[in-house]
Amino acid sequence: MFRRSDQDRRPSLQIFVDGVTVEAREGDTVSAALLASGRDVRRETAVSGAPRLPYCMMGVCFDCLVTIDGVGNRQGCLVPVAAGMQIEIQKGKREIGR
Amino acid sequence: MHRDYDVAVVGGGLLGSAIAWGLGRLGKSVAVLDEGDIAKRASRANFALVWVQSKGLGMPAYTGWTVRASQAWPSLAAELKDQTGLDVCLQQNGGFHLTLGEDEYEQRTQLVTRMHNQVGAADYRMEMLKASEVKRMLPLIGPEVSGGSFCPFDGHVNSLRTFRAFHTGFKAFGVDYFPERPVSAITKSGGEFSLTTPQGEIRAHKIVLAAGNANQTLAPMVGLFAPMGPTRGQIVVTERTMPFLPHPLTTIRQTDEGTVMIGDSKEDELDDRALKHSISAVMADRAQRMFPHLARLNVVRSWTGIRVMPQDGFPIYDQSETHPGAYVACCHSGVTLASNHAFEIARMVTAGALEPELVGAFSARRFGGEGAANNSGY
Repeated sequence: MFRRSDQDRRPSLQIFVDGVTVEAREGDTVSAALLASGRDVRRETAVSGAPRLPYCMMGVCFDCLVTIDGVGNRQGCLVPVAAGMQIEIQKGKREIGR
Repeated sequence: MHRDYDVAVVGGGLLGSAIAWGLGRLGKSVAVLDEGDIAKRASRANFALVWVQSKGLGMPAYTGWTVRASQAWPSLAAELKDQTGLDVCLQQNGGFHLTLGEDEYEQRTQLVTRMHNQVGAADYRMEMLKASEVKRMLPLIGPEVSGGSFCPFDGHVNSLRTFRAFHTGFKAFGVDYFPERPVSAITKSGGEFSLTTPQGEIRAHKIVLAAGNANQTLAPMVGLFAPMGPTRGQIVVTERTMPFLPHPLTTIRQTDEGTVMIGDSKEDELDDRALKHSISAVMADRAQRMFPHLARLNVVRSWTGIRVMPQDGFPIYDQSETHPGAYVACCHSGVTLASNHAFEIARMVTAGALEPELVGAFSARRFGGEGAANNSGY
């Protein structure tokens, strides 16, 4: 659905999404990298389990919630990617211990 | 607006709504006169517990009244579900009051002993459990937890949905709800009450004052007495998390939708506009000492509200001697007692007399007109 611009010459780096290697670019937010990955990155909401994707991309809507390096409910649109980052698509509520 | 009602209920919070719903259920024509959105609503400081343990020290009748409410809650929840389709998520599998350190454990043990000596263990079944026993039921407690009291009658409910269910029920019963109607005067003539509001007069054969702390000023208009000593409470709420807390606590509970509520602060302060962060900090600190995993959760909301508190902590139910047909009802535990208000108080108001064997102990005559010492029965 999303395609990177040909003008984008930023260096690439690798992150992991549910254990699978995904290529991102330096300066991407986690949400941008997920949307650009071409994978099904829909999370499930905490109460009804409805499928959602990042929406506002500016920290307001909380529809980008994702588990990053073992910490749940992070706002993916506010976190820049880092090489080797472990991302898990969050299905439902955060687990209390992570 | 100009019709005469069987009953006007003054106050549209949880207590007024429960009584009005109960009256509508019995086929009465009912008007609920409420204030607007900026009213100092006591209901908003509720903690949603349906709670029995430790209630009634100093007044055994309050224990009985509370146990009755707890036992009637499943019927209330079922009737609301049938009528409105709303599930209020009542959970009554027992609740804890946890203690941190040996001193708190000793103090709680003494309280449990005093309660047993007063009402008898048989009808109360509150018991102290050691930390190792608590851990079997609440596996995630931290090392500072010394134990706690457990009562199998305790539980909790989704109080917001309960409130919504009552109001949805109003429509089905034909109960008229009028917001923005603070009552400034009440008169009685020709066997009928007239209530003055900024948007006109409401007339009714009977009235029930259920206006929380405002009962203190409304009650004397019809020869009643409701001495109050309101307190402020703060609540802290976390983001939603997977279920980890199978039983509610006096100070922490996890809602059916996953948020964790931390509450039970009590201050004399009566300004409900700003939080005191020093108090939220103590609440949050105690919560994470009880459940260390909580430290990782984000707090998403916190607020404060003024809670209803009759002067001695126990409920007040009275019918006026000078103005028969005028009733007053106030209590601290509007969630726990909602079933009694919907079923018992509504029935008694309909019948025209409060029943001494059930609620005689709660007459404001116990204050002797002067107001007793504040020994809080909560």
